[in-house]
Amino acid sequence: MILTELVDRMGLTPLTESIGSVPEIEAGYVGDLLSHVLASATPNCLWITIQRHENVVAVAQVAGLTGVVFAEGVRPEAKVVERAQNAGIALFSSPDSSFELAGRLHRLLHPERS
Amino acid sequence: MQKHTHAPKESLCLNYTVRAEDVERGGMISSAIKTAIKKFGLAEPVARRVGIIAFEGEMNLIVYSNDGGTIRVCADAKQIEITVKDTGPGIEDIDLALTPGYSTAPSWATDLGFGAGMGLHNMEKNADRFEIESRLDEGTTIKCWVDRRTDDSN
Repeated sequence: MILTELVDRMGLTPLTESIGSVPEIEAGYVGDLLSHVLASATPNCLWITIQRHENVVAVAQVAGLTGVVFAEGVRPEAKVVERAQNAGIALFSSPDSSFELAGRLHRLLHPERS
Repeated sequence: MQKHTHAPKESLCLNYTVRAEDVERGGMISSAIKTAIKKFGLAEPVARRVGIIAFEGEMNLIVYSNDGGTIRVCADAKQIEITVKDTGPGIEDIDLALTPGYSTAPSWATDLGFGAGMGLHNMEKNADRFEIESRLDEGTTIKCWVDRRTDDSN
């Protein structure tokens, strides 16, 4: 499913401006331990986390992730958003929990398993 | 007499210094490394592996080293060599340090999501060849080699 449609249907608030392309989201990952994200998140996925520091952008960039969703109303500082914008990583925020967001994402990506 | 000429070998070498406890800049060097080697011509799957190795090496220097350290990345037509070096404190039990989940990270690092005990494991997993040498009070050197054979651009 393309990122823009997913964002709309999940009710996410974009923090970065459009990253230019219309990427396809193939999977999701939930977690707050960065090495686990590097070990297990697959490229072109949407990562849900409550970590909000700058290293999150670096992890997303080296692992080839498409975007990061900050759960539970977590908001990163402006410098983090700027770094993501420059790196071509899309950032989003949501007041909902990681559990709720993961459920919604899974239903959208895998309706046949829901 | 036949004259042999050799075209210069296409290669790239990058050197970085990482400061201890410089979490704020953590990941910047590994991001720069991934960008540079992609520009050098490596495809995303190989650049991703190098980026992950560099990130874990960079964070290890930030979280655990006494005085920071260095990261050197050299790429040629065959492979990419990543060397991460510090001058202490050294690892007491390398086998234990390589065990997924084992960590001696301080709480300031774990609060930020580091120190999950997966760093060295991730480096080893993403490398085609992995070497680690460590002496207490002297330092640790980690070398990883990633083959370009899976690189579609070759």
